[in-house]
Amino acid sequence: MNGATSEIFDEMLDEHGQVRPAYRGYLSWLDEQDESWLRKQGAKAESVFRRTGITFNVYGEAAGEERLIPFDMIPRIITATEWRKLSRGIEQRVQALNAFLHDVYHRQEIVRAGILPEYLLRDNDAFLQQMIGFSPPGGVYTHIVGIDLVRTGPDEFMVLEDNARTPSGVSYMLENRETMMAMFPELFSRMAVRPVQNYPRRLARSLSACAPAATKDRPILAVLTPGIYNSAYFEHAFLADQMGAELVEASDLRIVEGRIAMRTTRGFQPIDVLYRRVDDEFLDPLTFNPDSLLGVPGIMDIYRSGGITIANAPGTGVADDKAIYSFMPDIVRFYTGEQPILKNVPTWRCSEPDALAHVLDHLDELVVKEVHGSGGYGMLIGPAASKKELARFTKKLRAKPENYIAQPTLSLSTVPIYTKAGLAPRHVDLRPFVLVSPNGIDITPGGLTRVALRKGSLVVNSSQGGGTKDSWVLED
Amino acid sequence: MLGRSANGVFWMFRYLERAENTARLLEAGFQLALTRGASVATEEWRSVLVTIGQDPDFAEKIGEYSGPAVTNFILRDRENPGSVMNMIENARTNARAVRTAITREVWEATNEGWMTLKDMLARPIGEKNLGDVLAAIRQQATLVRGAMEGTMLRNEIFNFARMGTYIERSDNTARILDVKYYVLLPSISLVGSSLDNAQWEAVLRSVAGIRAYRWLNAGRMDARSIAEFLILDGRFPRSLAFCGGKLRSNLASLAREYGEETPAHALAREAGVRLHQSSIDEIIEQGLHEFITEFIGETLKIADAIAEDYRFTA
Repeated sequence: MNGATSEIFDEMLDEHGQVRPAYRGYLSWLDEQDESWLRKQGAKAESVFRRTGITFNVYGEAAGEERLIPFDMIPRIITATEWRKLSRGIEQRVQALNAFLHDVYHRQEIVRAGILPEYLLRDNDAFLQQMIGFSPPGGVYTHIVGIDLVRTGPDEFMVLEDNARTPSGVSYMLENRETMMAMFPELFSRMAVRPVQNYPRRLARSLSACAPAATKDRPILAVLTPGIYNSAYFEHAFLADQMGAELVEASDLRIVEGRIAMRTTRGFQPIDVLYRRVDDEFLDPLTFNPDSLLGVPGIMDIYRSGGITIANAPGTGVADDKAIYSFMPDIVRFYTGEQPILKNVPTWRCSEPDALAHVLDHLDELVVKEVHGSGGYGMLIGPAASKKELARFTKKLRAKPENYIAQPTLSLSTVPIYTKAGLAPRHVDLRPFVLVSPNGIDITPGGLTRVALRKGSLVVNSSQGGGTKDSWVLED
Repeated sequence: MLGRSANGVFWMFRYLERAENTARLLEAGFQLALTRGASVATEEWRSVLVTIGQDPDFAEKIGEYSGPAVTNFILRDRENPGSVMNMIENARTNARAVRTAITREVWEATNEGWMTLKDMLARPIGEKNLGDVLAAIRQQATLVRGAMEGTMLRNEIFNFARMGTYIERSDNTARILDVKYYVLLPSISLVGSSLDNAQWEAVLRSVAGIRAYRWLNAGRMDARSIAEFLILDGRFPRSLAFCGGKLRSNLASLAREYGEETPAHALAREAGVRLHQSSIDEIIEQGLHEFITEFIGETLKIADAIAEDYRFTA
């Protein structure tokens, strides 16, 4: 599907077919390379990924089915100037997200000011009563944030989604870079690309800076994973390994003397900061889902008494669902007193009757998403949908309008991928990773570029046939 | 380290060792079957199954003791929990679960081994490619061992891995000796006959000891010295004495790191003393089968004590 071909922004070529500054250095290198050698390198990359085990499990497929996310070897390149502006916008947005979270769990000024309707908090499953009046260690709610961006013009990035719960994908960012450096070492000595490899160290430092009151000496970090069958298990293990932290499962943890402790070969050792990759709902069977085997009974009490830091804080999901998203420009203005640097995608909240009417009238032009959905599941892309699907969604929208939002079909920017027939443009998005600590906001230059490998496709999700690319931010 | 990780590393190496030993046993059975008539071969195939404790399952599920039926059951039958493929899969699953405890090299060697064997064992194995498959299993196990040797820090993790290896290996050697000794018992009086020699050669081959034995015992091939070799010769890396010695040294290294011994240390030491004080004549006199049964029981106790002392499970 191609919403508006003429408006699509290509990041390599301008409207006259001239190479933009970002890609000049790279293309001149590429021109010098031998075709068949390049092809061989591409094939090699795949075998490296498979051997390393950088795979993800796909939900709904046979147990243990592991798949590779396809990797494209043409880097996505951003200039220093573009990045400076972009990172200012990200920083502003992340600041607002944290201020918003603090506010909704304390005085709710934003509701009092009449900016956010109260029901959006009250009726939100991600809003946790247990967090009311509690301030997490260091005042940080979202230790790790992934901001999904799409580019729509030379100087225009829009936020598609804020990921304030447990954003994933950072291991791909790191492995993509490592693979590129192994395949094309001379390229990196020729071009000044800002490094990303110190992310795990920065993550460890950032998390340590949020250690709870009970910490003695150097903070002990651990990564909590649901286990080896989780779709992002590779990433959990990868990050724990790179941070020198233990990778723990619920069965390793229990409460010992008012602390959350892990069962080691020498007895129970308290954990100071738990980077959990388990959803809120499963975190504490005593407080939330009683059937959860992935969580630690009583951890919320320990958390509230200052015995442990949970990253991200429970209840951050209230900031990133798609209904709240539509208020983000107001949220940014309210807490920072500035105009938002990054734009939001125009969003119709189907809970509002006028908006619903508009959405139903223009269903074949819009993208409809579930308010609480993620991963590209359960969404409708109007222009690509069959009559049957449109009818099905019309029914769904009428039955539960508050479950949905709608957005215009965006003209996502394109960047070149490597194909047998040469370079070919494909749509991409970008997820930069942002670390928050009392010492400030730390954005890793670049992030994860996801690319829709099928020609014309706008769906970049790995679960739906998307691939990834190394993302470069050039030095000045 | 986490108790669960210690458990994972321990079992990862037990499964790798068991997969390799199973392949060696199968290889010995295969070679013997090649040189014998079909009727004898049937017995030989059955004894391979008996040694690894899979005869009851096989009898119930397949029942036909032919080379292809037995090899495919042992190598690749997904419903056979003890098949080599399932063990490689278990080793890799454990490796994935303890990914942060092992080096990238060890993980990649394990993962590549799994990919290679999964591919090779995707189709039925015939006589023509059995040799290649068995060689690949040995080779993949060797690669993992090499990666361990060359890249792992000599710390608690390494010690748990090695303890898994040596516990499994001494158990496997003991079982091979036990079963084979029984099978061969009637022919002990025939010492020196060619039939007898082929059988004993197969025993040695299944523990990769044929060359070492020949080198140490020029020309001799008798039950007593083979049993002595497999039980008491501390130079041979698959003997009970060697495995016991290594196990104790890994336990000692762990005690140094942790600053304390546990009940497992005492058990391993007692077992070591008993082995050290026995001569092969005493062992045969008191009954090899009784000796081995007791040995296997002791090994099991040590493994249980290690799991308990180091909090493998909650």
